Amino acid sequence: MLTIQTPEAVMFWVLAPVAVLAALGMLLVKKAVHSALLLAWVMITLAIFYIAQDAVFLGIVQIVVYTGAVMMLFLFILMLVGVDASDSLTETISGLRPIAITAAVGFGGLFTSLIGRATLGHQAIGLEKANADGNVQGLARQLFSTYVWPFEVVSALLITAALGAMVLAHHQRTVARPTQREQAIARFRTGSLASAAGLPNPGVFARHNAVDVPALLPDGTAAPNSISATLEARGDMLDSKRFELGEVDNTVTEEK
Amino acid sequence: MTTSTSLVYLIALPLFGAAILLLAGRRADSWGHILATLLSASSFGVGLYQLSQMLSRATEERAVTQKLFAWINVGSFNVDAGLLLDQLSICFVLLITGVGTLIHIYSISYMSHDENRRRFFAYLNLFIAAMLLLVLGNSYLNLYVGWEGVGLASYLLIGFWNQKPAYATASKKAFVMNRIGDMGLTFAIMIAFATLGTVSFSGVEAASHTASKAALTGIGIMLLIAATGKSAQFPLQAWLGDAMAGPTPVSALIHAATMVTAGVYLIVRSNFIFDAAPTAQLLVVIVGAITLTFGALVGTAKDDIKKALAASTMSQIGYMILGAGLGPAGYAFAIMHLLTHGFFKAGMFLGAGSVMHGMNDQVNMRRYGALRKFMPITFATFGLGYLAIIGVPPFAGFYSKDAIIEVAFNAGGVKGILLGSTALLGAAITAFYMTRVMVLTFTSPKRWEDDQHPHESPWLMWIPMAILAIGSVTTGYLFTRGHALVHWLAPVVGEHAETEEMLIKPIVVSAMALVAVVIGVAIALAKYQFSEVDELAPENVSLFTEIARKDLMQDSFNEAVFMRPGQVITRVLVKGDESVVDGTVRTVARIVMGSGSTLRKTQTGFARSYAALILIGAVVLIAGIWVVTQ
Amino acid sequence: MNPYNYLYVAGLLFTIGAVGVVVRRNAIVVFMCVELMLNAANLTLVTFSRINGTLDGQIAAFFTMVVAACEVVVGLAIIVTIYRSRRSASVDDASLLRR
Repeated sequence: MLTIQTPEAVMFWVLAPVAVLAALGMLLVKKAVHSALLLAWVMITLAIFYIAQDAVFLGIVQIVVYTGAVMMLFLFILMLVGVDASDSLTETISGLRPIAITAAVGFGGLFTSLIGRATLGHQAIGLEKANADGNVQGLARQLFSTYVWPFEVVSALLITAALGAMVLAHHQRTVARPTQREQAIARFRTGSLASAAGLPNPGVFARHNAVDVPALLPDGTAAPNSISATLEARGDMLDSKRFELGEVDNTVTEEK
Repeated sequence: MTTSTSLVYLIALPLFGAAILLLAGRRADSWGHILATLLSASSFGVGLYQLSQMLSRATEERAVTQKLFAWINVGSFNVDAGLLLDQLSICFVLLITGVGTLIHIYSISYMSHDENRRRFFAYLNLFIAAMLLLVLGNSYLNLYVGWEGVGLASYLLIGFWNQKPAYATASKKAFVMNRIGDMGLTFAIMIAFATLGTVSFSGVEAASHTASKAALTGIGIMLLIAATGKSAQFPLQAWLGDAMAGPTPVSALIHAATMVTAGVYLIVRSNFIFDAAPTAQLLVVIVGAITLTFGALVGTAKDDIKKALAASTMSQIGYMILGAGLGPAGYAFAIMHLLTHGFFKAGMFLGAGSVMHGMNDQVNMRRYGALRKFMPITFATFGLGYLAIIGVPPFAGFYSKDAIIEVAFNAGGVKGILLGSTALLGAAITAFYMTRVMVLTFTSPKRWEDDQHPHESPWLMWIPMAILAIGSVTTGYLFTRGHALVHWLAPVVGEHAETEEMLIKPIVVSAMALVAVVIGVAIALAKYQFSEVDELAPENVSLFTEIARKDLMQDSFNEAVFMRPGQVITRVLVKGDESVVDGTVRTVARIVMGSGSTLRKTQTGFARSYAALILIGAVVLIAGIWVVTQ
Repeated sequence: MNPYNYLYVAGLLFTIGAVGVVVRRNAIVVFMCVELMLNAANLTLVTFSRINGTLDGQIAAFFTMVVAACEVVVGLAIIVTIYRSRRSASVDDASLLRR
């Protein structure tokens, strides 16, 4: 017989709507990074739920693995992929949104009704007896006796996944690496002699050492090479005029 | 019933000839015709041998049979391929092979310039074989095989020069109209089997005593339809005129002496059916009477010599059918007229061929004239045939035709008077148009230019004509002397009680007939011999002449009543097939394609729509679980 | 308050994740919605483990987490590879089977 204490009830009624709202937000926001952050919030909420339901080990694992590793991975990839036209929210395939919403609502309704019907009059038992020696010990007892075979298989799966990621990320050169001589020739063959001569060292034309302040070319225009294209596309580039030096004092003073 | 082993040679010899000539190809071009003629002559020899055997036997044993093989053995339907030679068949056998051999000899010369002469002789032999099978078959089914065979040979021979589309069409027309008649024979055989259980002549004769009159009438009417098709009687007579597109020996053999008489043979052979079904018999005489008038009327307006002779054939066969429909009294005379007609009509056709040969294949009699001086032998043989056909004593036609008229009158009552007067009228018109032919061709002043060089035909052509002319002269007397033919055929066609009171004495009938003949001859002489004859057929003629020129509108009638409605029906059916049947199939295809294109819209290529489909599938699954766990 | 309320929350989260998979075009956001669905399933498992009084649900949730982690690794590697060659992370651009 399980009775839920009031603190748990309060926690639930506060956090559950927040989690749902966060999930909805993840669905609806434009920028992918915001979606990732909202998802991370949902996962933390779920971790709290796990701990509240006497699944302590699982809750910690949720935070470490999911929120820690998986969401970090997502954010790294988002950084690599960057801003994209796919983030616009207008629907290109006609009729897909209504179908999806209808199906999902139908699914949700059926699911809820099923659960309600299945659990009518059912008594919850609670995990006190199962967790008698502690949650980790109970889990270990189960894991290494009844479920040892899936355990071994899943570990094989982990190894396979790591190998797979390495294979996918491996970039095999299809053409030979250009030698220095070939690179030099190519540099002279392209348009401007400026690129043939090679760029000046970093900071030669810089006005400031910040990432978002462009260097100025001799004629006063911002050098496109000096700032990340992403920042430029996002409109985060600053104006470097205000970091220009004023009059240079040409007088020579004695070194004391 | 005596059996013989040599009957099959009658058929096998010409059939063998046809096969050799057709299979040997061009190699046989130099000797093929000689072989064909010899085989036809040897078949005639076998026939003579059979006749001598038959004469030496007693009357009851005269019929000879030969069973070739068991043909059909299905349930209760048993038909043997067998031959029967009795007193009726031997007449036909000798006529076919005799006249056939003469025409073979004639054709050696007539077709000497044709490069396909070998093929012609092959077809002639084929015809002889098929016609012999027709008259020798011992059951309706065996007769049917020969019946179809002569139809085939007729088609092949009429359309022999099928380079000309008109000739090919004529042969098709003949074949199609024959086919309509053949349906009659098919139905007759079916009804015979269904009601009587047998199709052999002896079986049907035995069963006819106890069968229902309705069945016998049905069989009789069907047989009559078959006879009208093959013998060019009303209403299936339209093909005979067009059949003159074939070479003249063909017209002589097939469309004068033999094939067109197959209908008469059929009716006489089935005498036991017609004697037991008076309704059918009445129809037979009606058909005969109508046709003899029809043919005579058409013959008066024809300028083509062959078409005039063809119309004459139609009319004479009408006489034969009339005689055959008058019961046991008339059967023998119908056969007699058939045999004598075979001689004089074949002779006249060969004479027409001779005239055409001498006049550069010109057939229009308006371009003939005064050929008596240039072709004396042809004139003589043709003239003897002419005298025979119009019924001048003592030539053959006098005996046979007058006998039919006499039997017609003696049939009694209104029917007798009507039939007899029709026959007399027919005789008058026959005299008229045959005199017209003679006069226009031989005795009237010449109406041809000097570029024509009419000359007598070579001996290979006039010897057969002469033999046939002798036949035209003598056969009449020979058959009638002492009622020879009547007694000869009596075991087959039944006795006719001679002691009946004669309504009209024979001598009166002959006198009336002679008067009719004289009237006809006189009118023709007046019109053609003693007055001017136009070289071109006059345009403004009386309505009757117009109708007669158009074969009494037979073609127009057939076209309007049968051909055009048939064409309309065909077109409707074709349209129906296209729109309904094809339409259904196309609609099914279109439905499938339409549903295909509609279903194709789900394959958008976008992963997200597939994901949506998966979601819908999951919903359906959950709904299923929800329903099941209610 | 009964423990079944967690199940309703899980169902709701699952639905939202399902809609997100279909509606969003950015491949990475789609992937994140898939992760949301997996998490909702995990919540269900843990709740049922509590209701039934056994730890089998938690074991299952544990395995699910492991598998999800592997899946994320490989899936993101694929997305990066596609992005490298196509220069686009839109799910709609992988439509070579269209027409």
